[in-house]
Amino acid sequence: MATIQIENLEKVYPGAERATIQKANLSIQDKEFVVLVGPSGCGKSTLLRMIAGLEEITSGELQIDGGRMNELSPKDRDIAMVFQNYALYPHMTVFDNMAFGLKLRKTPKQEIKHKVEHAAKILDITHLLDRRPKDMSGGQRQRVAIGRSIVRDPKVFLFDEPLSNLDAKLRVQMRAEIKKLHRQLDATIVYVTHDQIEAMTMGDRIVVLKDGIVQQFDSPMNLFNNPQNKFVAGFIGSPSMNFIEGKIVMQKEATFKSKDLQFAVPKDLRPCLKPYEGKNVVFGFRPEYIYDKAVEKGKRLSESMEIEVEALEPIGSETFVYFHFSGNPDHSFCFRSNSQLAYAVGDKITIGVDIDRLRFFEADTEKRIM
Amino acid sequence: MKALKIQKILFFAILGIATLIYIGPFLFSLSISFNADKNVFDWPIKLLPETFTLDNYKNVWNELPFEKWLFNSVLVTLVQTVTNVFFSALAGFAFARLEFKGRKLIFGLLLSSLMIPGIILLVPKFIILNEFRMINSYAGLIIPGLVGVTNIFLMKQFFETIPKDLEQAALIDGCSYFRIFWQVFLPISKPALAAVAIYTFQGSWNEFLWPVIVTYTEDMYTLPLGMASLRTELLTDWPLLMAGTILISLPTLVIFIVFQRYFVQGVASSGLKG
Ligand SMILES: Nc1ncnc2c1ncn2[C@@H]1O[C@H](COP(=O)(O)OP(=O)(O)O)[C@@H](O)[C@H]1O
Ligand SMILES: [Mg+2]
Repeated sequence: MATIQIENLEKVYPGAERATIQKANLSIQDKEFVVLVGPSGCGKSTLLRMIAGLEEITSGELQIDGGRMNELSPKDRDIAMVFQNYALYPHMTVFDNMAFGLKLRKTPKQEIKHKVEHAAKILDITHLLDRRPKDMSGGQRQRVAIGRSIVRDPKVFLFDEPLSNLDAKLRVQMRAEIKKLHRQLDATIVYVTHDQIEAMTMGDRIVVLKDGIVQQFDSPMNLFNNPQNKFVAGFIGSPSMNFIEGKIVMQKEATFKSKDLQFAVPKDLRPCLKPYEGKNVVFGFRPEYIYDKAVEKGKRLSESMEIEVEALEPIGSETFVYFHFSGNPDHSFCFRSNSQLAYAVGDKITIGVDIDRLRFFEADTEKRIM
Repeated sequence: MKALKIQKILFFAILGIATLIYIGPFLFSLSISFNADKNVFDWPIKLLPETFTLDNYKNVWNELPFEKWLFNSVLVTLVQTVTNVFFSALAGFAFARLEFKGRKLIFGLLLSSLMIPGIILLVPKFIILNEFRMINSYAGLIIPGLVGVTNIFLMKQFFETIPKDLEQAALIDGCSYFRIFWQVFLPISKPALAAVAIYTFQGSWNEFLWPVIVTYTEDMYTLPLGMASLRTELLTDWPLLMAGTILISLPTLVIFIVFQRYFVQGVASSGLKG
């Protein structure tokens, strides 16, 4: 059992003007794999390090397993951490690196040997036990670093961008292995990354952070489909959601009007948008939910929009089509099209957006309207 | 092509001359130390001895309290080398890694003490030691050189290049700060420690000024002081003096040759990056 309760947690670095973490509230369940994601400098590491005890908590409370942790030093919190740069002891062999924490805890020799060998087997590094860190590849080092954390059998595992120094292929492989490890160990994991794809593929739930403020804490699919604000909508998903700033005006019917395009708001959405009449809003639509009207007949699509193709990026399974609306050539958007459809630069197409996937945000607060 | 060749020749010529300037006096001392004739400076000066002898070396051992001086020198040098390595590492670690009030101020004070020429401090140091009744004692010889600011600075710079993650991994593994220092930082700082050890050894072994001030009986002399005491106004036994000097310079020479690699590394790592 290891839950993590974070209540009004704040971090203000000495001399800093504003809080690096602002009143974070998170309730992490036992055995949950939680990912902290956000752009570089948003405070992910700071939050993780507060959980670890490496960074003092300015205010608020941190509980692991129901017990207050604020004043405990890292070694008394029963946590283990894996660092981006591995942080292995360069002068020790792999065995000693993994055994060090156990030795300090006065574990009997026989038991240490057993635990280290067991962990080495799980991670497939038994043949490396006598090596030193400098004689190993990045991937091997990261395995050792993970090994060092699992031998101690801690309540909580903390990972700080453990894969960002590995090459793309190894990264994908290690992702799957860490997921597998999570199932094997039945442990609570908090995992930091700046890579939203890593977050989406690994997390049971994801915390999206921006400027030290928790934007949303939700499952990957909910983040994707029901982002609570414009930031989350834009951060999750690749290529990102398209945004157009405009106004809701009453003509014959409620209409979204902008420099790029204007279209009548579908009936179902009108009640929601009614209070925003005359106000600035941001219209958001994902590249995934744009369809070529000449081809797609089955879906309920929005009113027709005329676009012109600017550039094409075929990636094999599909093609990213970059385009602008006929009204405004200065602003480009993206749409993911089936790679069977052979478009060419300069083509004029009529598209529509899946009605259920139209998103609107308040222009000033960036909160989602619907 | 040709210009390059000329440049190369010039380069070697300059290096050759510089080497000669540095090594020439040493070679001349070496030659004198084997000379049987005591009047080595009689005109015309001979660069090589006419009669070659080892007697000077024997006499250094037999006629002088060389053993006693050697003991003094070894004692002072060993103690100071060990304490310098230990204390400068400890202090360097604290300045590099621990957060405490006044850290910057204290370090600044230490550094600024380097701006005061050592000569100026001789008298105050003497007076202080006199108060403690340490003049002409081992304590007086050793204590002022237990740790040096330059060494602390060097160690601090080196420790600052060690990634913070390593220290934090150790904290999570359950280390106290002293254990981090002892079991993580020290073992990976061998080049810097060796550099401190070598600098200290060399400085301490060759130190002349302080022993002159703090000792006044022959039995407390260190080797350089002992040798200097052979030079009297009336008569100086040059071959004997040179033989002693050559002997004294041997340990530094050996250490330099053996640890040359560390020497250069240590200098390099005292810069910004290790
Ligand atoms: N020790 C520190 N002292 C002062 N400011 C810091 C310190 N560590 C991090 N910061 C600041 O806190 C912010 C968040 O840093 P960090 O948590 O490392 O971000 P992330 O891991 O999300 O990239 C940054 O603006 C950074 O400059
Ligand atoms: Mg970070």
